[in-house]
Amino acid sequence: MLQAIRLFFVEHDYLEVETPHLIPAPAPEPHIDAIKAGDFYLHTSPELCMKRLLAAGYPRIFQLTKCFRAGERGNLHLPEFLLLEWYRAGLDYRALMEECEALILSVSRSLGKGEQITYQDTEIDLRSPWERMPVRKAFDRYASLPLKTALEKDCFDQVMVSEIEPNLGVNRPTFLYDYPASLAALARLRRDDQRFAERFEIYMAGLEMANGFSELTDVREQRARFERDRRHRHETGKDVYPMPESFLKSLDHMPEAAGIALGVDRLAMIFTGMPRIDDVVSFTPEEVG
Amino acid sequence: MYNASDLRKGLKIQIEDEPYIVTEFQFSKPGKGQSLYRCKLKNMMTGVTIDRTYRSGDTFRPADLEERRMQFLYGQEDQFCFMDLETFDQTFLSSEQVGDSKNYLIDNLEADILFFGNKAIGITLPNFVDMLVTIAEPWVKGDSVSGDSKPITVETGYVLRAPPFIEAGSKITIDTRTGEYVTRVKE
Repeated sequence: MLQAIRLFFVEHDYLEVETPHLIPAPAPEPHIDAIKAGDFYLHTSPELCMKRLLAAGYPRIFQLTKCFRAGERGNLHLPEFLLLEWYRAGLDYRALMEECEALILSVSRSLGKGEQITYQDTEIDLRSPWERMPVRKAFDRYASLPLKTALEKDCFDQVMVSEIEPNLGVNRPTFLYDYPASLAALARLRRDDQRFAERFEIYMAGLEMANGFSELTDVREQRARFERDRRHRHETGKDVYPMPESFLKSLDHMPEAAGIALGVDRLAMIFTGMPRIDDVVSFTPEEVG
Repeated sequence: MYNASDLRKGLKIQIEDEPYIVTEFQFSKPGKGQSLYRCKLKNMMTGVTIDRTYRSGDTFRPADLEERRMQFLYGQEDQFCFMDLETFDQTFLSSEQVGDSKNYLIDNLEADILFFGNKAIGITLPNFVDMLVTIAEPWVKGDSVSGDSKPITVETGYVLRAPPFIEAGSKITIDTRTGEYVTRVKE
């Protein structure tokens, strides 16, 4: 599967890159916690470093790398997991969705799985176009309360997990898109409607597979969001990382681009039909000891 | 105090002054959102199961539970009386709280009684209990219809299956977890 992924990107003129696992300043996302390693942190994703490469003039880059997140362990979560992350200059999130369709179909064909796969009794047709559903519509269709109310009552995540996610990516994968602006750390807001960010998630058989967006390139806006999120981390008693100044400095030179991170372990679950992430890694953290 | 990240199957916590045990547990975290800890919790006093979703930052008091070794004294209507062998304190469990354990409650049996604060709420028996057989049909040699076991009754009135050679007056060992015959006790 890893070879099939690499093959797709090489064929599409992407450069495979590597960036440091040890970084001084992870992005201050409100709900993603980095693991401390000496004076550094283990990266929670290669996002900031890869965007610096984008700013430095590499327009198509991809990376397959282990990432590390504190406190994440469950049927779909490992504290150490494999992420596929890629960026492409000149693309917006809608064009990126099309590339995702092409990637997954290409990997499936390379694996000899064809265009239609079955995961845990759910048939999934991988052919384009996949379902595209705005977040607001998903709340209207599947949830017991509208998006606006969920945000006001601070239960967006809860409703998403229990009422919406199980319905997504059945029969064909789903792009859930246009997230509320408050739920975007590094995504660009829609020009025609600033209440929403140009961010999407891919779902297959109810599993969240990837998170992508049109990249925010406005330095002032990005700094303000980092400050907001750092305040939030401080207020919730979490580790507040240093401001990622080198990243902010490079943002001025970053071209318009779209980027996405895809959970490779979960993709392996989909293609092998396994119900738990434990089933697709050589050793879990509990077994490795 | 426990944090949400301490939640796991088997953890015992206190909710609204009642003890609960986590019977099912699922960690989830929707895209860039907060960690959610979805639990099924069983009330250890009433047996009622509830669903709850917790978030990071939530805290819980551990359930104030204690097990005490006690001796079974007598059963009377719906009440079963146990005595602490050190303090001689006596306590009662209802037949609902005792459940299937009543099949093995013979005089002087020692068992672990679970207390929530000062209130007895449950019982854990030893895994194996020796009991006297009170009724057993004689074994008819060559009877192939009943196979290799027959029903017998023990001193508490509990009926189970045992090998054909077990007779009234024998002592047998029973596994209290399965309710099955284990072996004959040699006198």
